[in-house]
Formats: sequence, C-alpha cells, structure tokens
Amino acid sequence: MDLSAINPVLLIASLMVAATPILLAGIGELVAEKSGVLNLGVEGMMIVGAISGFAVAVETGSPFLGFVAAAIGGAALSLLFVLLTQVALANQVASGLALTLFGLGLSALMGQNYVGIKPPPTGRLDIPLLGDIPVIGPMLFNHDIVLYLGIALVAVVWATLKFTRAGLILRAVGESHDAAHALGYKVVRIRILAILFGGACAGLGGAYISLVRVPQWTEGMTAGVGWIALALVVFASWKPWRVLLGAYLFGGITVLQLNLQAAGVAIPVEYLAMSPYLITILVLVILSKDKSNAPASLGRTFHASH
Amino acid sequence: MTVPLLSLQGLTKAYPGVIANNNVSFDIGVGQVHALLGENGAGKSTLVKMIYGLVKPDSGTMLLNGRTYAPPEPRAARADGIAMVFQHFSLFDALNVAENIALGMESPPAMRDLAARIRDVSETYGLPLDPYRTVGDLSAGERQRVEIIRCLLQDPKLLIMDEPTSVLTPQEVDILFQTLRKLKSEGTAILYISHKLEEIRTLCDHATVLRLGENVGECIPAETSARDMAELMVGSALKPPERAGRELGEVALDISGLSVPSPSDFGTALRNIHMTVRQGEVLGIGGVAGNGQDELLSVLSGEVTTAADAVKLAGRPVGDLGPTARRRLGLLTAPEERLGHAAAPDMSLTENAMLTGSVRENLVSNGFLKWRDAENFAKRIITDFDVRTPGPDNAARSLSGGNLQKFVIGREVLQRPDVLVVNQPTWGVDASAAAAIRQSILDLAANGAAVVCISQDLDELMEISDRFAALNEGRLSTPRDTAGLTIDEIGLMMGGAHGMEVAHV
Amino acid sequence: MIVLEKRPQPSRNWSIATPLIAVLATMFFGGVLFAVLGKNPVEAIRTIFWDPLFGEFAFYYRPQLLVKGAPLVLIAIGLSLGFRAGIWNIGAEGQYIMGAIVGAGVGLAFYPMDSIIVFPLMILGGAVGGWAWAMIPALLKVRFGTNEILVSLMLVYVAEQMLASMSLGLLKNPQGFGFPGSRNLNEYASATSWINQDVGMHWGVVFAFIAVIFAYVLLNRHMLGFHIRLTGEAPRAARFAGVKPARLILFCLGTSGALAGLAGLFEVAGPAGQITIDFNVGYGFTAIIVAFLGRLHPLGILLAGGLMALTYIGGEIAQSQLGLPAAAIQVFQGMLLFFLLALDILTNYRIRLRKSEVA
Repeated sequence: MDLSAINPVLLIASLMVAATPILLAGIGELVAEKSGVLNLGVEGMMIVGAISGFAVAVETGSPFLGFVAAAIGGAALSLLFVLLTQVALANQVASGLALTLFGLGLSALMGQNYVGIKPPPTGRLDIPLLGDIPVIGPMLFNHDIVLYLGIALVAVVWATLKFTRAGLILRAVGESHDAAHALGYKVVRIRILAILFGGACAGLGGAYISLVRVPQWTEGMTAGVGWIALALVVFASWKPWRVLLGAYLFGGITVLQLNLQAAGVAIPVEYLAMSPYLITILVLVILSKDKSNAPASLGRTFHASH
Repeated sequence: MTVPLLSLQGLTKAYPGVIANNNVSFDIGVGQVHALLGENGAGKSTLVKMIYGLVKPDSGTMLLNGRTYAPPEPRAARADGIAMVFQHFSLFDALNVAENIALGMESPPAMRDLAARIRDVSETYGLPLDPYRTVGDLSAGERQRVEIIRCLLQDPKLLIMDEPTSVLTPQEVDILFQTLRKLKSEGTAILYISHKLEEIRTLCDHATVLRLGENVGECIPAETSARDMAELMVGSALKPPERAGRELGEVALDISGLSVPSPSDFGTALRNIHMTVRQGEVLGIGGVAGNGQDELLSVLSGEVTTAADAVKLAGRPVGDLGPTARRRLGLLTAPEERLGHAAAPDMSLTENAMLTGSVRENLVSNGFLKWRDAENFAKRIITDFDVRTPGPDNAARSLSGGNLQKFVIGREVLQRPDVLVVNQPTWGVDASAAAAIRQSILDLAANGAAVVCISQDLDELMEISDRFAALNEGRLSTPRDTAGLTIDEIGLMMGGAHGMEVAHV
Repeated sequence: MIVLEKRPQPSRNWSIATPLIAVLATMFFGGVLFAVLGKNPVEAIRTIFWDPLFGEFAFYYRPQLLVKGAPLVLIAIGLSLGFRAGIWNIGAEGQYIMGAIVGAGVGLAFYPMDSIIVFPLMILGGAVGGWAWAMIPALLKVRFGTNEILVSLMLVYVAEQMLASMSLGLLKNPQGFGFPGSRNLNEYASATSWINQDVGMHWGVVFAFIAVIFAYVLLNRHMLGFHIRLTGEAPRAARFAGVKPARLILFCLGTSGALAGLAGLFEVAGPAGQITIDFNVGYGFTAIIVAFLGRLHPLGILLAGGLMALTYIGGEIAQSQLGLPAAAIQVFQGMLLFFLLALDILTNYRIRLRKSEVA
C-alpha cells in the first residue's frame, strides 16, 4: 500500500470532475421535485444524454455541440415522462422506472457503433491569474466550462426559487396543485417545463460522464449515478446549495475509493467499489427523518376535474 | 334603473349525469350584500366558479357594468375586479402569509412593500395578520383572513365569499361581519354564499335561492322569516329529529389526562383532555376546524395509540389497542373524510363494508374472508339507510356525498356499537340525508349507546346533544348541559376570536 | 378539445383490453423501430413472436419459454404484492443475486455429499438470502422512514459487487484452473434444480405456479391480501381498518425478496449452473415490466411472464438470424411498459371529444 501516491491536488480536482454529473442531474431533479413531480427516470435520461452527447461530439468533432445534443436528448426522453404522467396521468413511480428501463435499452441501441472510440477532448478553461495560483490554481481553476456551468446552475436555481415570482409559483405548484389551480395557475404547463429542465440537466450530467470524466462510451456506463442524484435531492432536503455540498461529498467518496484501489489498499476492489452505494444508503438513513422540506404534492397526480 | 354591477342571464352548466346550473339569472347591485342561498349540491359552487372564471358556462351570458363579461381564467376575473374567498382554502401551508398573498396578485410589489401593505390593510379592516408567519401554523380563522386580505389588496368591486363562517367562532363571525359592512360602505359588492339563514338575515340586503341548480326565488332577507327561506331552499317543510326522553346509564367512555403530540407538521397536539360519556348520552364536541378534531378521532379509533389508561371503555383501559381490537370491544368510529379515510374510493361497497365490519359482523374466519356475508352486510346497510346506488358492487366514489355518508354512518350503526364516535356526520350532505343521519344517531343513543358527535355545525350539536364541549387548540372545555347554553358562552368555549393579539404588532 | 372525464368506477373491460392493445401497439412501433434499423419489420415480429412457438425449431425453443418465464413470474408475483400496497421494491435484481449466492453457497458447502436434503436446504438458503437482502430496505423504511426505492436499488449495485467478489473468491471453483466462477452445480446431482431438462422443467417452474396460486388466494380470499390492496388504494383508510403499515412493509418486501431469492437459486442450480461475474441478466428489472403488464394480478402476471419470455427467446433468434441488436429487444420491452402505462388512463377515465369552448 502506498498512500503517498495519492496527490491531494489531483484528488480535489478529480473530485470536482466526479461530482459534476451528480450535481447536474441532482439540481435538475430538484427543480422537477419542487414542482411536485417525482421523476425516477434520472438514470435513463442521463444515459441517453451520455450517448447523444457522445455521438454528436464524435460526429461533429465539437464537444460543445455534444453537450447541446445531450441536453436535448435528456429533455426529449423526459418528454415521454411528460406524456405518461401529465397527459395520461400515469403513476409517477412506475413511469419513472419505465423511463429508466427504456433509456438504458435505447442508449445501448444508439451506442452500438461508438464503443471503443475516443471523443474529441473538451477544452479546459484557461483562466488567467486564478489558474496561475500555485496549488489552488490547478485544483480549482483548471477545469472545463461545463463544470463551472454546473455550479452556476446551482446559484441560478437557488436565486430563482428564493427571489423570483417564477420560483414562487413553481414552489406553490409543488406545495398544493389544487390551490395553485384555484388561483388560475397552469399546473400542468409549469410541471412540464420543470420536467424538461430536469431532463436537460440529467442529459448534460450524462454527457459529462461520457465526454469528460471517463471519456468514452460503454453500455450502462452511468452505473447508478442517476439514482444517487435522486438520493442527493433527499439528502439536500430540496435545498440547492446542499445539492452542491452533497455532490462534492459523493464525488469525494468515489474519487477516494478509486485512489485507494490504485494505491493497492488491502481491501478487495469489490468492497471499495460498493462503498459509494453503501454510503448513499447511510446518508439516506441519517437524513430521512427530516422530510419537512419535501414539497407536499410530490408524486401526486393532478387532474383538474372541472 | 341603474345598471347592476354584475348581471347573470340564463347561465347553464351541465356535468355528465347532472345539471349543476339551469338557466340561472339574477343581478348584483353596486355595494350590495347579496346572499346566494341553497343546500349542498344546489349548484352554488358551480355558479361562483363561472363568475370567477374557473368554469365556463355551457350557455348564458354575464354582464359586468353592462358590458359582456366572460373571464377565460381567474386571472381575467381578478383583473376585472372580482375576488373570491374560497370555502376550501386555496392556501399553501409551507409558504408564509406574504408569499401566499403575492401568489394571488397579478403584479405584486416587492416582498417588503407587500408586507407593509398587508399590515396596513389588516389594521384598517380589523383583521390582524403577521405577513411573515407560515400559513400552515395559522388557525382556520386566521387562514381566512389571509384570503380576505389577498382579495382586499386588489380593491375588488365584487367580493365572493363561499361559506365564510363555517370555520369561525361566533366572536370571529362578528368581526368578519364588521369588516364586510365596512367594505359595503366603501361601495364593494359582496356575493355571500351560505345556508345559514340567521346570518343572512343579519347581513344581507338581498337573497337569491338556488334549488337543484335553478333559481327558485328571491327575497329581502330582513323581511322574510327564516322558516320561509328554509322552505324555499329545501322545497318542503323539514321534520326536526325526534328526541325520545332517555335514561342515562353507566359511564361508557372515559378519557382522562389524554395528551398526544401532533402527528404531522401542521397538525394539532391534544392537551390534557378529560371527558366521560354515559350510556344513552350524546356528547357534542364543537370547535373551529383544525383545533384537534381529526386528532381526537384518531385517538378514539385506535389509529393513534396512547397510554392504556388514557382511554377507558366501560372501565377497561383500551388506549393502547388498535382499531380492530377496539371494534371488537364495541368502540366504533366514523371519520370526517369519507373518501380515503372512512372508505376506499375505488373499492366496492362490499369491500368497504368489510373494511370496518370484519370483526363484529363475523366476516372473517381464520384470516379468510367471507365475501358473501360481506355483500349481505353491505346490502343491509343500503336498504336500512336508504343508500341510493345500483348495488353493492359499485365503487364508493360513484356515490354522492350524502349517500356515501349514509353508508359510512350506517355501517357503524348497524354493528350495534356500545360507543360511537362520529366526526362531521352531516358535512356536505343534503338536508334530507342530514336529517336521516341525525335521527339514526339519536335512535342509537335511545337504545343505550354512548355517542360522541364532533361537528363544526353548532346548530346540529344543539339539536342532538345532551352536553356540549368545545375543542380549542387541542384543549377540550369542560362539558356543559346543552339546555340553556347561550351563543356567547359557546363562542367563549370555542376560544373567542383567535389571534387577535397579533393586532398590536 | 379532448377532455378527460373520470369514470365513476374503473372499467373492468378496459382493464383487460389495455394490456392487449399495449402489446399490439408495441408490435407496431417495434416494427417501425426494426424498419429504421434496416430489418424487415414483418419478418422481425414473426421471428420474435411466432418462431419460438410454432417455427421449425420450436421443439428447441418451447422449453426455453419455461426456463425464462419461471424466474420472471416468480419475481413479478412478489413485486406485485408490494406494488399493490404502494411499497416499491425495485431491487429484485439484487435479491435475486443474493438468493443465488447464498443458495449456491449452501449447496457448495455440502459438495460432494450425496443427500436428498441438500437441495431443500439450498432452497431455504436462496429464500433466506433474498429475504435478508430485502429486509435491509424494509427495516430502514420501518425504523427511519428511508425511501425503499433508492435503498433497494443501491443494494443491486452492492450485490453485483458481492457477486464479483464471490466468483473470484469464496465460491471460486478450486479445480477451475484459476478461472472466475464457482463449481457447476449441474454436475452435482444432489444440488441441481432440473426436473427434466429436455422440456425445460425445473423446480423454479413449479414454484412459479405455486406462487401464482398463493398470491391469487392471498389477494382475493385473505385478510392480509385485502389489507395489501386497501393500503394501495387508500393508506389512511387502511390504518382506519386496523392495518399496521410497518408489518405490511416487512411482509411485502420480505416476500418479494424471498421469491426473487428463490428465482436466483433455481437459476444458479439449473439453467445457469454456476455463480459467475455476469450471472445476472436483468430478470429483476424485466420482472417490473411483467408485473405491470399483468396488471399486478397473479393470472395476468403468469401470462405476461410467458409473453416476456417469448420476447427474450424471440429476441435471441432475431439476433442470430436477422442480426437484430440485443439492445433493440430491450427497447422493445421498455416500449411495452410505456404503452401499458399510457393506455392505463382508459381504465379510469373516459376520453371525450368536445368542441373547443369559446370563452
């Protein structure tokens, strides 16, 4: 065992990279859940985003277009969830599962010809001054733009929910769709937008795995990250900044166990590999006592009877 | 003649299987307090939803100040100066007062300014309210104030109030009426929906009576007797329930020192409750909604368990027993919420008969269900309580409110309880069904059962109960004999006017 | 304008018709998908749905139907109990793996003893393995209110790592020349689940049928089943009726875990033969589709399990004969669940066309 092989600068830097997919998917799901929709299809939307982004990036040579395509792909899949839950009034839990099962199959189908290919590299931002600071520069300020976009998104979502009328309406719809309807708000329309936003974010998160973190395409490569993102929203008790905190925590665990694997710690690889999942469960247990922040209409079907 | 503020002409709205409004016409004048009177199911709610833009009429027109008025959505109605205070509040528990009010406005000012205006208006109209309190923590009367202030901030020309006093103590009703009179003096018209005749006689200038969706007459309430209005509303003279004189027996239900923490975020904790009910006695428990009624019922039904000694049935401690064990011992309950609590909406009446009847009606053997017996039991309830339904195979939610309530009450009464606890037994039920339900409760008591009737309808409680107590913030007042109680005394037992201390903020 | 109108009560006719319509719609849109992939849609659909039953080599494929269908039905029956009560165990895949590991472990512990008690003990081991794995989310939910969906799913990934660890370590065949994977249980007569391999008959098939009957009686004739349905329909009414939610959670998750564990045990002791890294093939997830396709009704699940097994086998044929990608079948199955959920609205709502209202 050689723990000295673990470089703290690289550890933090790769922690941020590992956290970004969870962060993106988590903040998207947070918005959907705030509107009262429980979309368990995050994993499916992520993996479809991962392959959409990968394929377009490879074909066009532009990672930027890849990320755009990933957002569209994720949102397109979430549109199926919209049809099921908002139009056909199907059970949200079942529909979310359907989305994941379908997304896993669809992504495998789409990705047949992309196995083993390297995507075009996503450029890193060259931030002057900040990037030149020793230690902190390479740790925090030497990443690609999507990573910062993820953090910015958290700030935007937080500010929107807290300070704007749009945010207030979104929260109101998630709190009581009947009351919101009685006041004349378009419950279904607002929820559809929230679901699509969640889908786009999940798609971006997926593409971040296939284009930046790994980067290549393999079937089922999201490996439960979407589910961890769902757990993250509970962990964060529906607060945006805590999503960021949680994502970095999970990212840290993932990176640490990979580093420990590489350092040849005496724990078998399999047990290290299951640690992120076990820790997710542990965190859920610790935090599930406090559900007071959960939107009151979460997961309930809305049908205006008149 | 001057142009009326709002003129309804031949409004008709049909839903599958029922015509909610049939060719309804009447006028509301500027600054007029206009009562819309009718039983449950007479079509009052549908009518005001059309005025407020939530429902579109199938035919007919509305004129506002002489111009065609057809709001496609509530927003348009609000823009035209029409505001509405809902019967079932359209509030968001987890948000604060200011946020709730902002949601009901077209272009609310910044939160700080809005809070200041809320304080302003609330003081002007004697409706104290702290803009930063979370709505879920407010009493029913305070919640109503939120809705009223939300309306007042928009300077409405017409304020629609749907059954506003059903959630208020008598003292709070006085305050509300003062507010409404002040509004009227400022030229605001009020459409006041109610079935409480005395209220209408004290407050309203003019009344329109709806029956089965049709306008069956108009009157000046101050010049019409309550009896005449009631007959207009119901269509026939009602027979008041008969109370046979009866002997009180042993103490059947004894609750002492019962305290239970609030089961949910916005629920009410029960605090040190004492009461006894004797065989043959009806104890009426009044109080404004949300003061612990649901919680008290859960504690009595066994859904929430307590220390064994806190609840005694004929001297036997049962506080730690679940619902099934209590049923076996003769303590039966009927909760307020018919669909989803007392009955499973999508299940058949047979299955719903099984729901509480399995033990006492002997519908199970060794865990296996005797469906045939359950069906017979359901049929018996349907016949004995005149439940209008094609048969026991029909789903609970296919029944009208009154019929389902008769089924729910009948299901418990037919199981020959020693103690029966009912919560809001006639809520949302038409007059004839309500009369039948009250009669069955009295008959049960006459046969020696002890009955606890929790209700927000004070008239009902005065009519059927021997003793009266009120729940207020989870505390129960000392029960007193109903005979000789004045409305003021009842009001004080219910806690007077809630939250007035905030007035001095 | 299309208006949805809630039916006074669910339509029985539609609740039977919707799965059939969903299957037809999936065939149609699946055909479109295959056409897009450059395959002849009619031929592809025929290969999937017709050839395994009535084609030239049907004698070979028909037994496969039992082999693939048994685990699906066994798992789906368990899941349907929970789903009915609003308890969402979606980690059956993990419970299936753990059942296989424990069951196979029991068998391998006795190797090479020849005894009639070995297999019953393995069955017990399989059930206990799956049950115990499902009790983790159950107990956490009862004790802490933890979301069972997320916990049971996380445990799938944990179980997969356990599987890898077992096939590389504890259960590795000592005579396997260092290859990962356990001994082959088919070569150990006391530990095989086969009854008659030629017709695809193994103990899993028997248990699947028993489970169907058990679930049918439970749901229609027994208080516990009534309570399960009541909890799903109206949780508050269920508590009012005297249901203890915690007990129901433990029962539903425990039973579905045990059945999934049994499915895993029968698979490892029969069709699969050994514990390997890629032992699980997603039955635990496909069973979710089976449960919904069967409308959470035991008999429906039996039929749905058969149909889903057919798409597995037909898919494999289409893969080898037409070069249809394996993922296409996965998409096809996902599509089926979609149509089913989307059409479910017809059961509870009436769809009416109404002229757009002029406000």
